[in-house]
Amino acid sequence: MNVRESARFAVRGVTANPLRTALTTLGILIGVAAVIVLVAVGNGSSAAVRESLSRLGSNTLTVQASQGGTGGRAGGFGGFGGFGGGPGGVSSGTQTRTAELTLDDAEALTDATLAPHVLRVAPRVSASSVTATYDGATHTVSTFLGTSPSYLAINDDSVQKGEALTAEDWTGRRRVALVGSTVAEDLVGGDGLDVVGKTVQFNGIAFTVVGVLTDKGSTGPQDEDDRVLAPLTAVQDTLTGYGSLSAISVQAKDADSVETAQAEIEDVLNSRHHVTSQDADYSIQNPTSLLTAVTSTSQTFTVLLASVAAISLLVGGIGVMNIMLVTVTERTREIGIRKAIGARRGDIVGQFLLEAVLLSLFGGLMGVLVGLVGSRFEIVGVQPVVSASSVALAFGVAVGTGLFFGLYPANRAASLRPIEALRYE
Amino acid sequence: MTGVRVPRPVLDLRGVTKVFGAGDTAVHALGGVDLVVDRGDYVAVMGASGSGKSTLMNIVGCLDVPTRGRYLLDGVDTRRLDEGRQALVRNRKIGFVFQSFNLIPRTSAQSNVELPLAYAGVKLAQRRERAAAALARVGLADRGHHLPSELSGGQQQRVAIARAIVTEPVLLLADEPTGALDSRSTSEVLDLFDDVSAGGRTILVITHEEEVAERAHRVIRFRDGHIVSDERRAPRGAHAVVTEGAA
Repeated sequence: MNVRESARFAVRGVTANPLRTALTTLGILIGVAAVIVLVAVGNGSSAAVRESLSRLGSNTLTVQASQGGTGGRAGGFGGFGGFGGGPGGVSSGTQTRTAELTLDDAEALTDATLAPHVLRVAPRVSASSVTATYDGATHTVSTFLGTSPSYLAINDDSVQKGEALTAEDWTGRRRVALVGSTVAEDLVGGDGLDVVGKTVQFNGIAFTVVGVLTDKGSTGPQDEDDRVLAPLTAVQDTLTGYGSLSAISVQAKDADSVETAQAEIEDVLNSRHHVTSQDADYSIQNPTSLLTAVTSTSQTFTVLLASVAAISLLVGGIGVMNIMLVTVTERTREIGIRKAIGARRGDIVGQFLLEAVLLSLFGGLMGVLVGLVGSRFEIVGVQPVVSASSVALAFGVAVGTGLFFGLYPANRAASLRPIEALRYE
Repeated sequence: MTGVRVPRPVLDLRGVTKVFGAGDTAVHALGGVDLVVDRGDYVAVMGASGSGKSTLMNIVGCLDVPTRGRYLLDGVDTRRLDEGRQALVRNRKIGFVFQSFNLIPRTSAQSNVELPLAYAGVKLAQRRERAAAALARVGLADRGHHLPSELSGGQQQRVAIARAIVTEPVLLLADEPTGALDSRSTSEVLDLFDDVSAGGRTILVITHEEEVAERAHRVIRFRDGHIVSDERRAPRGAHAVVTEGAA
C-alpha cells in the first residue's frame, strides 16, 4: 500500500465530517495567522522606531540633565512607545530636576580646543502647552522648541518657504518662528505656506512666522510636522523663563568621531559640574546605543507577541489531537475491518497520521492566507511588516504539530487488536 | 516450496488450545482441537454460543494465536508469525465474511471490494478490474458506486463476499454470515457460497443455523471447546472437480 492510497483514505476520513474538520482547522488557522500577524506587528513597530531614530542622524548626541548619580543614558526613550526620536524627545520635566544644563554649558562645548570633534552645538528649551492663535484659528502645538540656528543643521531640517533662523535672530532676541506644516495648515488653511510673514500669537505672545519647515512626515502616532522652532533667547524671554535647558543637541564632526565627541563632552561637563562619569548629573544619548536599546526592546516585544501566538498554535495542535482521538474511537470497528482484511500497522498509522497532517496542513495554509491578508491592514497605528521566516516557521510548526499530535492517536489506532476492534459497537 | 504432488491441507490444527485468563479464573475456550480441512472442502462449524467456535474462528482467521498447539494455514505455521506477517497472511490467504457485513461506511461498494487489493499493493487499474469482476460474480455489477447505507442487508453481505473472494484466498472464512439476514437473502448468500465452493475454494462457515449447515459437505459440532461430532455429508468438492493447484 502506497502513500497515495493512504492519502486517499485520509482525505475521505477528513471530508466525512466537514463541520468537525472545519472547527479543528480553525484552531490551527488562528494559531498560524496570529503568529504571522503579531510577528509582523512587532517587526513593523520596530521598523517604525528605527526609521524615526535614523532621522536623528548618526552623528548627533543629545545631552540631558539627570538626577545626580543615576547616570541613566536612555531616559525618555526606554519605553517601546517612545517614538519621539525627533525634536520632541525631551520632556519639560527637566525643570524639576536638581541638576541643570545651562547656556554656559552649551557654550563650553563649542570650545574647539576642549572639544575638537564637536561640530555644532544647539541648546534647547521646550515650552509646554503652547497654543497658537491667528485670525481666529487656534492650534495646540505639540512641540514648541527654543533653540539656536545651528539646530536646523544638526536636526537635518530645512525651510521650504521663507527664511531659516539666523544668528541675528538669536542675538537680537527677535520674536520670530519657523512652523511645521501641520501648524501652518491649521492656522491659515490650504497648504499653509501663506503663514510666512504673518504674526501668530503663541500663548498670547506675538511671533512673526519667517518660514515653514520642510515636512518630516509622521512616524507612528507622532506627527513630526506639528512643531514650532524659535530663537532660544526669545523663548526664554517670553514662554519658559531663564531656567535650565531641556537638552543640548551636539553634532560630531562625522559618524566616526561620535564616540570621541561624547568623551570630550563628558570631560567638559564633568569639570564644569564637578562630577565624575560615575556620578554624572547628565546623560548623553548616543544614537547608536539608543538604536541598540530600542532594537533589543522591540525584539523582546516581538518575541513576546510570537510566544503568545505560539501558545495558540499549540492549543490548535491539541485540538487536532483531541479530534483524532475521537475519530480513532469512533472508527474502531473500521480499523478492525481494515486489519482483518490485511492492513498492516504501518497502513493504519499512515492513514490516521495523514489525516492529522491534512487537518493541520489545511489549517496552516488558510492561516498563512488570513495572516497575509490581515497584515495588510494597519494595526494600532503600526503598519505590519511580514517576515518570510515567520510565515515559513508558523506553517512548518503547524504541520509539525499535526504530525506530533497525530502520532499518538494514529499509534493507538494501529495497536488496536482486530478481534476487539471488530466487536466494538 | 512444495515440489511434492501430495496436496497439503488448507487447515491443519493439532492440539490447539486457547486459555483466557490465568489461575483459578482461567477459561479453556478450546481444549486441544485437532482438525484438518482439505482444499476445496466446504465445512460448517456448529455449536451453541460459548462452545468455542468463535475462538476457533479467530485462531483460524489469524486474528488470534493459540495458547498451545500448532496451526498450519496452507502449510504456514502461524505461531511463528509476527504482527505484520499475520496481516499479510490474512490479506493473501483468507477472505472474511462477518455476520454484520462489516463494510467500511461512507465508502462505495467498489472501493470496499478494492480495499484488500489496495493493502496487497495491487495497481489501481488492475484493482478496479478485479473488484468489478468480483462484484459481477456476486450479481452486483451495477451497484459498484453505491454506499453500504444505500444497499439492503443481503446486498451488503454479497459485497462483503465479493471483498472476501477478490484476492482469491485459499480459505473463505464466514462467521454467522446469514445471522442478520432474512430468509430470501439467506438463500441468496448460501447459493453464492455453493457457487464459490463449486469454483474450488475452501470454505469454513461458523453457524448455529441448520439451514446453513445443510449446504456444507462436512459438519463439525463443538461443545465446551471440544469437537463432539464430525460428519461428512457430501464428498469433498461435490460441486465441482477440484483443481489442486500447486502452492
